[in-house]
Amino acid sequence: MSKFLKAVALGVITSGPALAQDDAGRLGLGREALPEEIAAWDVKIMPDGRGLPEGSGDVMTGEEKYLEHCAACHGDFAEGLGNWPKLAGGEDTLDRKDPVKTVGSYWPHLSTVWDYVHRSMPFGQAQILTPDDTYAITAYILYSNYLVEDDFVLSRDNFLDVAMPNADGFIVDDREETEYPEFSGEPCMENCKDSVEITMHASVLDVTPNDPDDGDGGEESVQENSEDPPADNAPVEDASAEQATEAAAGGETADAAAGEGDEQAAATEPDPELVAAGENVFKKCKACHQVGEGAKNRVGPMLNGVVDRQVGAVDDYKYSAAMQEAAEGGMVWDDETLHGYLADPKGFLPKNKMAFAGLKKTEDIDAVIAYLRAHP
Amino acid sequence: MAGKSVTTSRRGILRAGLAAGVALPAAALSARAQGGPDPLITEVQDWARYTGEGVDETPYGLPIRFESDVVRRNVPWLTADPISSINFTPIHALDGTITPAGCAFERHHSGAIELAKPDYRLMVNGLVDRPLVFTYEDLERFPRHSGVYFCECAANTGMEWAGAQLNGSQFTHGMIHNMEYVGIPLKTLLDEAGVKPEGKWIYVEGADASSNGRSIPIEKALDDCMVAFKANGEALRKEHGYPARLVVPGWEGNLWVKWLRRIEVTDGPVESREETSKYTDTLADGTSRKWTWVMDAKSVVTAPSPQVPIRHGNGPLVITGLAWSGRGAITRVDVSVDGGKTWKTARLAAPGQPMQMTRFWLDHDWQGEEMLLQSRAMDDTGYVQPTKSALRAIRGENSVYHNNAIQTWWIKQDGSAENVEVS
Repeated sequence: MSKFLKAVALGVITSGPALAQDDAGRLGLGREALPEEIAAWDVKIMPDGRGLPEGSGDVMTGEEKYLEHCAACHGDFAEGLGNWPKLAGGEDTLDRKDPVKTVGSYWPHLSTVWDYVHRSMPFGQAQILTPDDTYAITAYILYSNYLVEDDFVLSRDNFLDVAMPNADGFIVDDREETEYPEFSGEPCMENCKDSVEITMHASVLDVTPNDPDDGDGGEESVQENSEDPPADNAPVEDASAEQATEAAAGGETADAAAGEGDEQAAATEPDPELVAAGENVFKKCKACHQVGEGAKNRVGPMLNGVVDRQVGAVDDYKYSAAMQEAAEGGMVWDDETLHGYLADPKGFLPKNKMAFAGLKKTEDIDAVIAYLRAHP
Repeated sequence: MAGKSVTTSRRGILRAGLAAGVALPAAALSARAQGGPDPLITEVQDWARYTGEGVDETPYGLPIRFESDVVRRNVPWLTADPISSINFTPIHALDGTITPAGCAFERHHSGAIELAKPDYRLMVNGLVDRPLVFTYEDLERFPRHSGVYFCECAANTGMEWAGAQLNGSQFTHGMIHNMEYVGIPLKTLLDEAGVKPEGKWIYVEGADASSNGRSIPIEKALDDCMVAFKANGEALRKEHGYPARLVVPGWEGNLWVKWLRRIEVTDGPVESREETSKYTDTLADGTSRKWTWVMDAKSVVTAPSPQVPIRHGNGPLVITGLAWSGRGAITRVDVSVDGGKTWKTARLAAPGQPMQMTRFWLDHDWQGEEMLLQSRAMDDTGYVQPTKSALRAIRGENSVYHNNAIQTWWIKQDGSAENVEVS
């Protein structure tokens, strides 16, 4: 019995009625979990394959699914784009400087791949992949690591037959034997070494970020005197610093400006409340789309000026064939097409690559269109 | 802005004081040497004449605007996307031990989600007599428990493995916070469901899109883990797992699952993504340690440091820092100003408590000399915080996680500071 339950039991004697507990000390709080509820949430896969559902997927289908759902971040060949994780390669690098840790070079269990892809991927659209999709994508990742041939079909039955190259590469934490004895005992206080030399400076690398208000990535500002308010800091040298200063000066100015804007708002201006609601809805889109100042293409194209513009018109963005076709057909992103597309992206424009299930509520669609319209 | 000229004049006085201090290093400053009486004293200031804000002005307050640089900061190049990333507690600007929630570091794998109490469900299932579902209200009806614990990301100081990289204790050591939690012991919930004898592990996961599942041995789960819903007296902040998170005292922060939605009793570890591909420590020979949960004793001088240079003249200097151990209580912190040749034992603000942060101070008479400032923590197991080279001798340079090595700040004669490594 834990300490506080004992205290509760003692309390019975001295003060008031006892908490009703059964023989095991249970309070009877909560309710029985239903089998459907457990099935919905308990999707974990154990290393021995327990938990894997029926289903299968082959490498070629996996490639198709992978290109649709994964390649925007992880690269067409699982090589990883930017800072996004590499999923393939890196064999024989673990004992070298900067090891490359991928499914092929590092992950000890295939169950982990299936479990993670199924429960947490794609990033920003978790849990949309079916068991068959997941088997197929897992098969493709194995293929991209040269661990299976291109005709390989992964299923629950042959799941444990796949040998993971680094399966034996792990040991259980051994600090108690390898480190603690060495790092224990009375430490030296005097004459602990003859000389001390500086062997490395952080400034050589110069990778310390600047103050977040400054946005300008240079020197110094993290070294500002912590007693000084930013509004009082270094001379204003550029527009971004100026804005930061204004923002830091806070309240009055900004509020006044907003008030002025309201008065000047004409009938054609978007309803600010709707725009604000749209900004909230847009959180669902943010994992893939940017909008506003400095917006760039990411998984999806940047969306400045998208409303009332030709479909597929952002430079340097690689649209799906379906989207290019719609563009050639002269389609424009107006209220009607946006409503159709945002309600049911795949139904409205089959085979386009936006991995988004759609917005269920019409008012959410109205709001997000208003938000996009506010970013011409 | 009414406050500005006053602030400027205050700074002017401070500068004058500093100049005078250089001229008269050993003595208290005379008022005449500062150029006469201080107008902040001799002139009636606005705040002494006019009234301030009423009690209805700020129903929930933020720090005064002069402290607006005491904020969490992000290192953008570190991760692919701020939605799956980490920011850093401004430990360089804090003192005491409790981390204010508003600037306590965040680490999310799929962003900080908004989960309302009425929508909250916690399931306990697996190898139990009765699989159960609790609402948030249910949680509040269990007998409560409280405790102060540090939560440190396993990757704290990870960027420093291969060499000194980031200039500031916020960036080198800021993936940590220390809060007072109220909640219920995890044991209470597990007892309510009834753990079967074959239940050897638990698997915990969150309600967010990443779910961040982790496996924890049943011994730890039944020992001191908590399901917390309050931190520092108030509801958990969204970014710290509102309305309920797991607290795993002394163990790496990744196990402290936020927005906790499910606890499953299992017969073995799940070997999830977060406990195989991440949060494992690769050694020089290419093998990797797994299940390295406990955070070993560690300390850092928070100031002076690169973000907090010495701006006063010679004389009294407070060297302040933090120490903590996931294996017990901090018993002693030594400080060196000469890169580890000689050490002095610092004052602890209060006796160390198990798995909590401990504040230390060393009151130093600085005469403008260069310093190589280090701190070295000891805990009640007898463990002594190692040097970087001692750690590297065992682990190599590819470990990333669990870097608890002694940190060195090079304090220059002008009082500025830099992150360095020493021989």
